[in-house]
Amino acid sequence: MRVAEHLNEALHALLDADPSVHVLGEDIVDPYGGAFKITKGLSTKHGSRVISTPLSEGGIVGVGAGLALAGDRAIVEIMFGDFAALAFDQLLNFASKSTTMYGRRVPIPLIVRCPTGGRRGYGPTHSQSLQKHFIGVPGLDLYELSPFHDAHALLTTMFARQTPCVLFEDKVLYTRRICRDGLVDDLFRFELTGGWARVYADGDVPPGCAIIAPGGLTDRALEAMRELLIEHEITCVLLVPERLYPLDPAPVMDVLRGVGTVVVAEDGSAGGTWGAEVSRLLHPELWASLSGPIRLVSAADSIIPTAAHLEREVLVQADTIRRAVLA
Amino acid sequence: MVVVIEERVLGLTPVADADLGRMLRIRHFERALLRLFERGQLNGTTHTCLGQEHVPVAVSGLLDPDDYVFSNHRGHGHFLARHDQPDALLAEIMGRAGAVCNGVGGSQHVYHGRFLSTGVQGESLPVAVGVALRLKRVTPGRLACAYIGDGTWGEGSVYEALNMAQLWRAPLLVVVEHNGIAQSTPTTAQLSGSIAGRAAGFGIPHHRIESVDVNVIRAELEPLVTLARTESRPVVAEIAVHRAGPHSKGDDTRTPAELVAAAQGDWQPRYAEAFPAQFARLDEEQRASIGRIVDDVLIRPASVWERS
Ligand SMILES: Cc1ncc(C[n+]2csc(CCOP(=O)(O)OP(=O)(O)O)c2C)c(N)n1
Repeated sequence: MRVAEHLNEALHALLDADPSVHVLGEDIVDPYGGAFKITKGLSTKHGSRVISTPLSEGGIVGVGAGLALAGDRAIVEIMFGDFAALAFDQLLNFASKSTTMYGRRVPIPLIVRCPTGGRRGYGPTHSQSLQKHFIGVPGLDLYELSPFHDAHALLTTMFARQTPCVLFEDKVLYTRRICRDGLVDDLFRFELTGGWARVYADGDVPPGCAIIAPGGLTDRALEAMRELLIEHEITCVLLVPERLYPLDPAPVMDVLRGVGTVVVAEDGSAGGTWGAEVSRLLHPELWASLSGPIRLVSAADSIIPTAAHLEREVLVQADTIRRAVLA
Repeated sequence: MVVVIEERVLGLTPVADADLGRMLRIRHFERALLRLFERGQLNGTTHTCLGQEHVPVAVSGLLDPDDYVFSNHRGHGHFLARHDQPDALLAEIMGRAGAVCNGVGGSQHVYHGRFLSTGVQGESLPVAVGVALRLKRVTPGRLACAYIGDGTWGEGSVYEALNMAQLWRAPLLVVVEHNGIAQSTPTTAQLSGSIAGRAAGFGIPHHRIESVDVNVIRAELEPLVTLARTESRPVVAEIAVHRAGPHSKGDDTRTPAELVAAAQGDWQPRYAEAFPAQFARLDEEQRASIGRIVDDVLIRPASVWERS
């Protein structure tokens, strides 16, 4: 099963299980079923709880927050994550703040889903990975979809936090297979620990390098790991957190203490990155065991061009990660 | 929707003690705040609703306890008209024990029961639409009421919200306190067209009320409120008011002539003149009551915020 269908099933299950769940977004009802078809079939089955909205990203996140404030649970799809910029005020100044600024805990079970990332030739305003712009907002939690984490469990976890969450979903990842039963491919296996997926090469060789990356980079990280293993005999472990912020490294600290090299990879543009935040957390803990500073991999400090060959120059490729490990 | 109420004294209809008392209670509360500021006993900022107290008193008479109220920066009157808890609000503004939000939100960020205020103009309207949609489904007949000023019609969120409210038939009462000014900018310099025209663009019923008479305002509001409740739809009530005080503390750049005009539009001297005995009695009552509350709150310990 592909990640897109898996996520679609998870949304169905949430709507089935809880009559207070509402899904809002532009063009999400059938027969269209959303720009990336993640919401296909939802409106047919769940009718008025699945609402196609006007082009009003700020407005619909506000409506979702209002539903959540009053006792419902709301999922808002932003057609392209880039447009979450238009909802920034509702997220920053209303939804996240309202959980604490009234002097007591106010539950706001709101999930804002953002199809994210490039590699599809959509150009500068439809290809961005905006995670870094949402980091560090008190009361706002950031998650990212991966092929390893169960989407239904992930959405349930987010609702259970009773705090607004942004879920980043890599658009190419939608088309990839989900990984189950600890199996990735002929070379790699995975296990889930405390919200992290640990992806490792089958065998007894302890890894010399850890790559930390959000779920959207999985394919490129695995390709780099394969090459490093086969061509360079370097064994890497890939660590994929379901929650990007606030990040809890505790479940993978033992793995990280055992490697000399740590690389953090992400799709956002360089400067003020998620990786910088991860390094801030890890450096004090790993100072003694690292062979050098944590290495950061991100897209270039650049807009994302449309033409495939130009886009490749800017975005993180498997080779970018491979070179960071070898550096 | 012009309401004829026969008996009038100097143009005002006889007013219930409860209404005039509440208007004066809010007036004395706001005045007390400005005094506390002058004496350096209040931290931060505040926006008083001097001259506009009668609006929330008129509106609250039509609200049900299950309705939600969304308020803005100028929200003390909105709160006090709905919840007679001036001590809790003052404690909130002063960060003292018994504060309605433990002193975290302060003057502009209050959430109590079904009353919520926030300090970003226009932001509450889409939220109110979401709440109204839930009310429509769970408790039909209940509505979300959102107070906004005329200046807030510059915010795009207002139009996104009105559009969705009308499309989805959300029971939303938008109360526009049109005081002709936003901070320092006159409406003529910040609003093209009219609020009526903007509501009409969405097919949303709109009614403008010119009176300062609390009974007339309530009577003219009533059909709109009924429409929102029975037909589950948004309505816009625009009430002409005068901001008798500064925008926040001492920041009034209006000309002397403009200030005179604002003072003349104030309900307070008109009620004092029309109903002198009733006014004097209630005024004294509220002056004393708010005075006691101020004294009480001033000696309270600091509020405690238990962060979880
Ligand atoms: C989004 C936003 N922009 C600017 C401000 C600063 N501000 C606070 S009140 C105000 C004027 C509001 O005017 P109006 O809506 O007419 O209400 P009034 O103050 O007259 O009651 C401004 C500019 C704000 N709080 N939020």
